[in-house]
Amino acid sequence: MIDKKQIKKEQIMQCALELFALKGFYSTTIPDIAASVKMSVGNMYNYFKSKDILAKEIIKYISGYLGKKIREINEQDISTKEKTRRIIEIYFQTASLKPEMIDYFLRIYLSTREVFREGCEGMICVNEFVTEIMIYFEEGVKCGDLREQDFFSAFGLFMGYLGGMVFLKGENILPKDLDEYVDDISHNIYKALSAD
Amino acid sequence: MKRKMRVLWLSAIACNGNMHSFLNYPYMEQFLNDFEFISHPILDSEYTLEVIVSNDIPCDILLIEGAISEEFQRADVPIVNIIQRYSKIVQKIVTVGTCATFGGIFRESDYKDISGLHFDKESRVDTFKNIFDKTISVSGCPVHPEILVNTLYAIKKSIALELDNYLRPKEYFAYTVHNGCVRNEYFEYKIDNHQFGALEGCMFYEHGCQAPYTHGSCNKILWNEVNSKTRAGLPCMGCTEPSFPKQNLFSTKKNMGIPEYLPTGVGKRTYLTLAGISKAFTIERLEKKLFDD
Repeated sequence: MIDKKQIKKEQIMQCALELFALKGFYSTTIPDIAASVKMSVGNMYNYFKSKDILAKEIIKYISGYLGKKIREINEQDISTKEKTRRIIEIYFQTASLKPEMIDYFLRIYLSTREVFREGCEGMICVNEFVTEIMIYFEEGVKCGDLREQDFFSAFGLFMGYLGGMVFLKGENILPKDLDEYVDDISHNIYKALSAD
Repeated sequence: MKRKMRVLWLSAIACNGNMHSFLNYPYMEQFLNDFEFISHPILDSEYTLEVIVSNDIPCDILLIEGAISEEFQRADVPIVNIIQRYSKIVQKIVTVGTCATFGGIFRESDYKDISGLHFDKESRVDTFKNIFDKTISVSGCPVHPEILVNTLYAIKKSIALELDNYLRPKEYFAYTVHNGCVRNEYFEYKIDNHQFGALEGCMFYEHGCQAPYTHGSCNKILWNEVNSKTRAGLPCMGCTEPSFPKQNLFSTKKNMGIPEYLPTGVGKRTYLTLAGISKAFTIERLEKKLFDD
């Protein structure tokens, strides 16, 4: 049986994400979130003891969501080039279908470090996502498709690029939809990381 | 007077390192009260090799040191013929060291079809399959003298040793060399910072240490009763394994920061998750030297 409490927690996190995207992190209160899930504030505390705890759970939830999708790609018997493309596709799809998720990652997790300082040291709270990106890189190097280099120089190139595009989209600066950039960006990233 | 176990030490394509290691066994006098060599390359023994190769001399245990090729001869007799002759006579055959077990360093030489007795690295070799069930492997470059001697005593006392897939006694080879390493604290927190010969730092992350995926008891049964490679500040080189020797033994092969070889039995995702957590914290006590020189 799927854990009912877990389902409820995910509902709360989803509502909180939407509110954070709409009103901003600091302006959103626990009573706001409770109201949007039609729950009493008292009951809400049975799920999350504080907004900071909720904030950390949300980033782990997003990391788990993306990590699971990338793991599915990593486990397919396809070339590194194809994996690169599919990871970019999934990232942009998530940014389009669940913009609040990527928005939270870029605007709240990365820029509100005081909330995440304790309990989210290093990359602990984004571990599932980062692990899959590491495995994608590692397997790419092992099979000779990607060039051996420092992990962070590759990670920065990959995620910085994607994050930048999603940010531009969020600012309504991009003239086209994100999915229309998949071909070019996949080509650019693969070329930059490739062993050739 | 009690009967001594009769042992034939047969050197194949070898550097004699196992023999020298064996000579460091600290209780040799006791050993020689219980065992006698019918022939040994350097210890006094009853028969010369010339007599051994052309007669069926009664014997209990055949020890083979060194890699095997049908081209190689001892006393003008192909080594494979000597092995076939004596394997019929003895109760047990013991491959002493990694060359005799897997081919080892001499596998890189020009001898034709050179390998260990039953294994060519990880692959089975069928030349001596009729004696597979009589064989025990004690790998190592060189073999650990106590592990060799303890194995011989187990044979003498008819103790049934549980063996792994490479015929190595699990008593000594089910563990990894990481087990008992005094640097585990540094391994746990992913702190390498090692200088060769220094007491601090784990050598797995940068310096090529293979202890977490090498089967052996080097850190449980110490060398010369006092030390091991990792305790002395040198990385484990994986010398008990079929893959020995690898290249670049002093640096850790990595792909985008992830070690190519992970601790035995630990999945890549498990390793990366644990490593990610450890890396997130700085343990100041372990980042610097524990005491000044």
